[in-house]
Amino acid sequence: MTTLNVNGRDVAVDLPADTPLLWALRDGLHMNGTKFGCGMSLCGACTVHVDGQATRACVTPLSAVAGKKVTTIEAVGDSDVGRRVQQAWIDLDVVQCGYCQSGQIMSATALLAKTPRPSDEDIDAAMSGNICRCGTYVRIRKAIRQAAGMPAEDAA
Amino acid sequence: MNFRIENVLQTSRRGFLKGSAGLALAVVAPGMAHAGTGAGPGIAGSSMVDGDFSPNAFLRIGTDNSVTVVSKHLEMGQGVYTGLATLVAEELDADWAQVKVEGAPADAGRYSNLFWKAQGTGGSTAIANSFEQMRRAGATARAMLVSAAAAQWKVPASQITVKSGVVSHAASGRKATFGELSEAAAKVAVPADVTLKDPKDFTLIGHSAPRKDSLAKTTGRATFTQDIKLPGMLTAVVAHAPRFGGKVKSVDDKAARAVAGVTDVVTIDNGVAVLARDYWTAKKGRDALKIVWDESSAYHGSSDAILADYRELAKTPGLVARKDGDAEAALARAGKVYEAEFAFPFLAHASMEPLNCVMKLDADGCEVWNGEQLHTGDQYALAKALSLKPEQVKLNMVYAGGSFGRRANPQSDYLLETAQIAKAIKGRVPVKLVWSREDDMRGGYYRPLYLHRVRAALDAKGMPVAWQHRIVGQSIIAGSPFEPMLVKDGIDATSVEGASTLPYAIPNLNVDLHTTNATVKVPVQWWRSVGSTHTGFSSEVFIDELAAAAGKDPVAYRLAMLAKHPRHAGVLKLAADKAGWGKPLAASADGKRGRGVAVHESFNSFVAEVVEVTVHKDGEFTVDRVVCAVDCGVAVNPDVIKAQMEGGIGYALAAALSGAITLKDGLVEQSNFNDYTVLRINQMPKVEVHIVKSAAKPTGVGEPGVPPLAPALVNALHAATGKRIRALPIGEQLQTT
Repeated sequence: MTTLNVNGRDVAVDLPADTPLLWALRDGLHMNGTKFGCGMSLCGACTVHVDGQATRACVTPLSAVAGKKVTTIEAVGDSDVGRRVQQAWIDLDVVQCGYCQSGQIMSATALLAKTPRPSDEDIDAAMSGNICRCGTYVRIRKAIRQAAGMPAEDAA
Repeated sequence: MNFRIENVLQTSRRGFLKGSAGLALAVVAPGMAHAGTGAGPGIAGSSMVDGDFSPNAFLRIGTDNSVTVVSKHLEMGQGVYTGLATLVAEELDADWAQVKVEGAPADAGRYSNLFWKAQGTGGSTAIANSFEQMRRAGATARAMLVSAAAAQWKVPASQITVKSGVVSHAASGRKATFGELSEAAAKVAVPADVTLKDPKDFTLIGHSAPRKDSLAKTTGRATFTQDIKLPGMLTAVVAHAPRFGGKVKSVDDKAARAVAGVTDVVTIDNGVAVLARDYWTAKKGRDALKIVWDESSAYHGSSDAILADYRELAKTPGLVARKDGDAEAALARAGKVYEAEFAFPFLAHASMEPLNCVMKLDADGCEVWNGEQLHTGDQYALAKALSLKPEQVKLNMVYAGGSFGRRANPQSDYLLETAQIAKAIKGRVPVKLVWSREDDMRGGYYRPLYLHRVRAALDAKGMPVAWQHRIVGQSIIAGSPFEPMLVKDGIDATSVEGASTLPYAIPNLNVDLHTTNATVKVPVQWWRSVGSTHTGFSSEVFIDELAAAAGKDPVAYRLAMLAKHPRHAGVLKLAADKAGWGKPLAASADGKRGRGVAVHESFNSFVAEVVEVTVHKDGEFTVDRVVCAVDCGVAVNPDVIKAQMEGGIGYALAAALSGAITLKDGLVEQSNFNDYTVLRINQMPKVEVHIVKSAAKPTGVGEPGVPPLAPALVNALHAATGKRIRALPIGEQLQTT
């Protein structure tokens, strides 16, 4: 039994301590928003925040997050930045299949929380760990800029 | 009971509208209401309640004033839920905000793809086949609402107007919502015919209504197969045979069974499944299996050897797919023959959601939850495998986390795998099959490996007088239920499409084909844009080579041969114009700039792309900008069309840069996104999309953005460096050649 704090609530998960946080969320806590894509920290679909840091839940064992604060897509809109990111995603109709978008939004929110006005290079650095096979990258970039209150394209 | 496309009866549009009219219970098969784990569209989980109005199988109007459109097509990202709802809502004059969408169950009688006579999604046909059908569905409901209001208010129906979900009679000042009229409308006779709107009166079609799935997919609430949870359900993870055609000889499952939480270990046709309450436990169990494989009929081929064999085959004539004039004779007469060989690797679809399927098996039949793309085929295949009648197989279509063709498997591969597991545990509990990324990458059903050999000769003015195009590769269709439809005289239409339909005016134009299924045993399948993934490349690169040989501008050269193909010419001119073709590119301190173009028709849509690159001193390059022009007839939702072009460009670019599945002694050498690298945000170019204004019937948009990208890119690299790349992926060829 491992106890952690998910989206502001202390929860106990009855799974082996080596179970990745991804599967603890999905199979242990029945929270489906965080997605399984690669299992090797290569695609970013499973991105959550652990103590505010964007973290790949598929390679993070439950034991490593005991007592820590985990935020998932289900609650990212509780923060002002997360809400703005989700709104920009909706305004620009970013999604296609949508399977990667929870992870994209978690990474984008972590970026803007730390860097409120990111450059294109900042966006590349923060977002290049999140694969989208539908190729929604053009709109992801635009949505991040919109959420940051910046013009759609870099003037440079 | 073998499923054959032509055996599935199709109910005529008219007959269907009449037959199901007013049958409030007909919309959703009973027993599906418990499907839901989550709210939101994407799951056919709701059912009729008293007072609801369902004039046909495609929509339902609730007393709560909701309009629910039932999508017969899978939403896999292409925006079809939004598109189909747009068509219904347009003719219904609904308010967009009151419209919801849910997935249809398997029922070919009602939900057939009108181009296929079976239910399924693919070939970029969703909007094209539904355009009139969905509009009629909406118009019929509108007429019945108007009749109901006319009867209630005792006024002539001709004086009633409908706007944004409100039915009004101006003279008397009466108004009613759809919800208020639904009960009465359900009792109205279905009109024999309805008049559709004049396109000038469209308020939704052509106006980029917002996507219906944005909210659910932005908040993590959308339900994919991976998210289905049923009481008692177990997760199954399978150890698959490492080589295609391999089988289990023996298995030592002691260690697997010793993993706490593992409930079952069962042997199936091509592997061993381990079941547990959660994925991680099942995977641990799977990894602890010790299996001896029977490889007596396993395939041991290697990509290099396949390519070498194809090269030999390409020296001999194949089956003729097109013969205009006599290319061989014209080539024999020519002073100079231009020749090029093009090579294409196997490609994995690599959707973000690895393949999965949920199945519940009991005495009544089988119920499936799946990103269901080929309803009728899957229904028949499962029925056969489980000794059931097709109608005992219920398919619940949920959102697919991508597909790009993979979930439309003509062999129903992963569904049958799930059925074997469910059967092996005697349907004790529902089963969710989950493939890992590695299972997905190594599970086959790739875009086939192809080799093309193209030869041409030019006349005195530099224009092609002969074009001989030879294609060598596996047939996707042979042995599938689509064979009677798509294979004629030994030619799989999907192997040659795009080459056999080359639009350029060339007097001697021959295309022939060698099909290699007898020797190459790699499971293959359609991959976003199918034959055009390779034919578009070889044709558009080679025509560029000929333009260069003739010393002509690539755009002008193509246009000179497109007099009879105004829509090709139209997009080509538009893309060239918007890209500033002919004007010099801004110089870059980082390297040489280049611009390339390609135009291609696929799925009855026409797309031209201009690609701009910068090639750095070390041979590395960046793709800076892509200007795309598309003619897909009536643009039902321009923003979704733009998104599909952007996405098609990204998907094609990934494959062009580095996409390759390679086999060595029958083993797939790639496993995950580390060695099958796909496009990331830092590699995504700026994309500009221009849509040709058209009144023609709408055609596909999911796939047609893909084919022109790779040839336009290679042509741009040639413009920058003088080097011509003819084998995909591009990889490091600029550095090494």
